[in-house]
Amino acid sequence: MRNHKFGYFFHEGLSNMFSHGFMSFAAIGITVACLLIMGTFTLVAVNANANLKDLESENQILAYVDDSYSRDQAEALESRIAALPNVTSVTFISREEATANFQSQYPDEQMFQDLDPEIFQDRYAVHIADLKQIDSTVKSLYSIEGIEDVSAHEEIANGFITIRNVATVVCVTLILILFVVSVFIISNTIKLTTFDRREEIAIMRMVGATSSFIRWPFVYEGFMLGLLGAVIAFFLQWGLYEAVCQGVNANDSLNLIRVVEFSSLWKPVAASFAGAGILVGVGGSLSAIRRFLQV
Amino acid sequence: MIRLKNVEMEYENGTEAIRNISLNIEDGEFVFLVGPSGSGKSTLIKLLTGEVIPSSGRIMVNGFAVSSISAKQLPLMRRTLGIIFQDFRLISKKTVYDNLAFVMRAVGASQKEIQKRIPYVLNLVDLEDKAQDFPDELSGGEQQRVAIARALVNNPSTIIADEPTGNLDPDRSLELMSLLVKINELGTTVVVVTHEKDLVNRFGKRVVTLDQGQIISDQVGGYVGGNIHA
Repeated sequence: MRNHKFGYFFHEGLSNMFSHGFMSFAAIGITVACLLIMGTFTLVAVNANANLKDLESENQILAYVDDSYSRDQAEALESRIAALPNVTSVTFISREEATANFQSQYPDEQMFQDLDPEIFQDRYAVHIADLKQIDSTVKSLYSIEGIEDVSAHEEIANGFITIRNVATVVCVTLILILFVVSVFIISNTIKLTTFDRREEIAIMRMVGATSSFIRWPFVYEGFMLGLLGAVIAFFLQWGLYEAVCQGVNANDSLNLIRVVEFSSLWKPVAASFAGAGILVGVGGSLSAIRRFLQV
Repeated sequence: MIRLKNVEMEYENGTEAIRNISLNIEDGEFVFLVGPSGSGKSTLIKLLTGEVIPSSGRIMVNGFAVSSISAKQLPLMRRTLGIIFQDFRLISKKTVYDNLAFVMRAVGASQKEIQKRIPYVLNLVDLEDKAQDFPDELSGGEQQRVAIARALVNNPSTIIADEPTGNLDPDRSLELMSLLVKINELGTTVVVVTHEKDLVNRFGKRVVTLDQGQIISDQVGGYVGGNIHA
């Protein structure tokens, strides 16, 4: 395509956009709303995922060894635990180490300093790869002879998994619905422009303009509507995210939730907003001008 | 060059608009196409511009087989034609210059070509001082001259004018027809559809008369068939 044509298409697309200010405003508005909703749910899912990963790396299952086992017998269980699926590392903690750990958590409590290690059990700290499989890993540990008890925080893990799954389902559903709505509105905006320009289109066809020449300005119009919507949505999303971050950090005094910094997310957010905006815009314009494909 | 051979045109509603017409128009000719309302003149123009496809027969326009033309070839064929309508069909929100530049851009002309060609064509129709006016600021005759300039601007080999004087008074009509004759003298084939008997008689050109979808007369001179009415 020659440069002057590009300039012409761009100019025509832009003037189309301004010739129906209100419809363009509505089309951009709906695109912004759609992207914002889509972005918000995606970011919730991203954060739930990040917290799950943290939990996976931090979470350890404690497997307590039967009291009747000798130290040698207890240590012999390590290879069996390590061989279980989903287990990444196993550390043996003797009852003496466990006592020392416990005491170090309460250095000021004199009554704990004289504890007899015999009241603690030998145990294994087990790290797992996939938190989703925590339930089956716990079951496997119980099935090993010599493991008397297992303690794991399944509830917290399952909570994050539920949040992530719900956010993903809601996100996918909303994306589909809003995508169709956006395409429809942009398509109607451009149909209005084609209607307004039907005389020009008829003249262009009569003097021998090709179908693609007639189509391009409308494709540009859709492209610009979508892209402008994406840019506005991006900045709104940024502001919204920062506000939510501050709110969470202010209220989460226990630091239970880690919010992913926007600085590490903005690139994929910008790319997916731009991609979705352009897709919706160009898709809308192509659906509006389909009938001009046949001259 | 225009060739029609045994062309029939029946619309979907059963109206037989064109009945077995054969017609040759050579390059550089000036032809009046006359006939009463409903005689098939408009359908014939639509067949020549590729707006409708004949039910049977063969049509060649400037080397293109219009009767079986592909969607890709159609724009190329239309670039060989300049079409003038009774209602001018100018874009009211564009200036005279932009109305012309618009159709040049539509066929891929460069800015340089546009800047060079438009003053020449406006000069030809004697409107060089109206380039920046909008169509609504011009008289009917001037608007039709802009339409002629627009038809000429892409340098077509054939001009087809569909009732070009229908909205003009007799003086302006004569002026406009003289302009079309002048364009013809410069080498362009001109086909004019008209009702105006006096005007046709005045120029003594080839006159093809249609009635009920058939050619009833094709001769050089004046308007034939005393009963023809608008």
